[in-house]
Amino acid sequence: MNGAATTLISATATATAPEAAGPGFLSPAGVEIAFVLVGLVTLGAALVTVTTRQLVHAALWLVVALGGLAVEYLLLTAEFIAWVQVLIYVGSVVVLLLFGLMLTKAPIGRSPDADSGNRPAALAVAAVSAVCLVWVVVDAFRTTWIDLDGPAQGSTEVSGQFLFRNWVLPFEALSVLLLAALVGAIVLSRKNSGDKEQR
Amino acid sequence: MNDVLDVALRLVIVFAVFMVVPLVVGQAEHKVMGHMQGRLGPMHAGGFHGWAQLVADGVKFAQKEDVVPANADRRIFQLAPAVSLLPYLLVVLVIPVGRGEGAVGQAVDAGVFFVLAVMGVGVLGSLMAGWASANKFSLLGGLRTAAQLLAYELPMLLAAASVAMAAGTVSLHGILDAFQWWWLPWQIVGALVFFVAGLAELQRPPFDMPVADSEIIFGAYTEYTGLRFALFLLAEYAGIVVLCGLTTVLFLGGWHGPFGGDGAGWVWTLLKTAVLAFVVIWLRVSYPRLREDQLQKLAWTVLIPLALAQIALTGIVKVAIS
Repeated sequence: MNGAATTLISATATATAPEAAGPGFLSPAGVEIAFVLVGLVTLGAALVTVTTRQLVHAALWLVVALGGLAVEYLLLTAEFIAWVQVLIYVGSVVVLLLFGLMLTKAPIGRSPDADSGNRPAALAVAAVSAVCLVWVVVDAFRTTWIDLDGPAQGSTEVSGQFLFRNWVLPFEALSVLLLAALVGAIVLSRKNSGDKEQR
Repeated sequence: MNDVLDVALRLVIVFAVFMVVPLVVGQAEHKVMGHMQGRLGPMHAGGFHGWAQLVADGVKFAQKEDVVPANADRRIFQLAPAVSLLPYLLVVLVIPVGRGEGAVGQAVDAGVFFVLAVMGVGVLGSLMAGWASANKFSLLGGLRTAAQLLAYELPMLLAAASVAMAAGTVSLHGILDAFQWWWLPWQIVGALVFFVAGLAELQRPPFDMPVADSEIIFGAYTEYTGLRFALFLLAEYAGIVVLCGLTTVLFLGGWHGPFGGDGAGWVWTLLKTAVLAFVVIWLRVSYPRLREDQLQKLAWTVLIPLALAQIALTGIVKVAIS
């Protein structure tokens, strides 16, 4: 979702941004400084999320990380995607996570079994995927600059037109994928209840 | 300089509205419930019609000791009231009261999404409170809150999406500009779904299972006292204001009115919001609490199909008239 969203924004930007050489890296504008600072906060919150020993705190730090990401979208003028990020991730996914944590009686304070032996492997996978993603994004949008003073390039109207004119097929394919996941969830839950009845 | 002044003035006005209007709704609830249930208490303090009852409540809350349970997760416990109150302040900022750019705190392009997204964040406060209190009643309340939010967020979104489809825009201003009187019968099902789902999200009776005071004390707020508890109550009343204001803007035409012209737009908005707030209070007095399974059943088997049907109807009419 995030990758797709970033691609969408930058693709819109490439479609509309002028070809002229963008501003340099050495004289950052206020928005760019804010972008970097929020990015650092997001990264920090994400790191705390995976390293803290307190389960519910991890979920709440995840809220900070996801909210930081929404602010980044806002700074990139992708207003619609920013609010959808808040609506779906902060409003629903994290609530579902907290619901699960409460059902399993997450203790207040440290959970002794919150750590697993897979830590080095997880670190390696995370590092590799981070390098891949960063490399792809940097390579794709190296010289792309968003014109902040012009008309908004990530407004709902622009995103909607771009999505439903240029990317209809991937969009529909994604919805089929989601439908498959839904059906799968129903099948799984039905199987479990059948087992209980047999007992 | 003028811009700075303009922004500052708007923020001050929005903040004042946010502080005052929920209290007015609270006062109205005292009086309306007092009349409907023949209560004498709320009519006593201060003499005429018990006008000082709200002041007395405020003084009481301010005097109480602020207690944090020994086993609680201190920081999250203290943070929770703010998390549940602040989102409503942000929502009040974007609700247009009258016609034109001047009558809103800050116009947002994707207004409907902003409003629904931020309102969903407020529930995190209740969840944090429920978990951090280290109390079984609180935990049960938190669980019920989460289950209720997950069930009722979807019909609310779908109903709002129906209006956005009808208007062809997701900005609250744009929706109001496109409004015609016949949208009222056209979107009436969506309006009912939105209002009912909103009530459930606010945990107002008859959907107050998560705070059911007669069985789980007060749910997530069991351990709270003094000002922090008052903040949770204020969040509830701010939520009523926001929900009624949103229903007014999305479904009842906001500043559109049968007479009065442009100048009286804000009067119509306030009037419609006030009538809806009265309905919210009325429902509290007249309906018994729904059981947890009835709550879930209502959301998944009644509201969501109704909302989907409304979207289909909106689509058909929209295609037919364009």
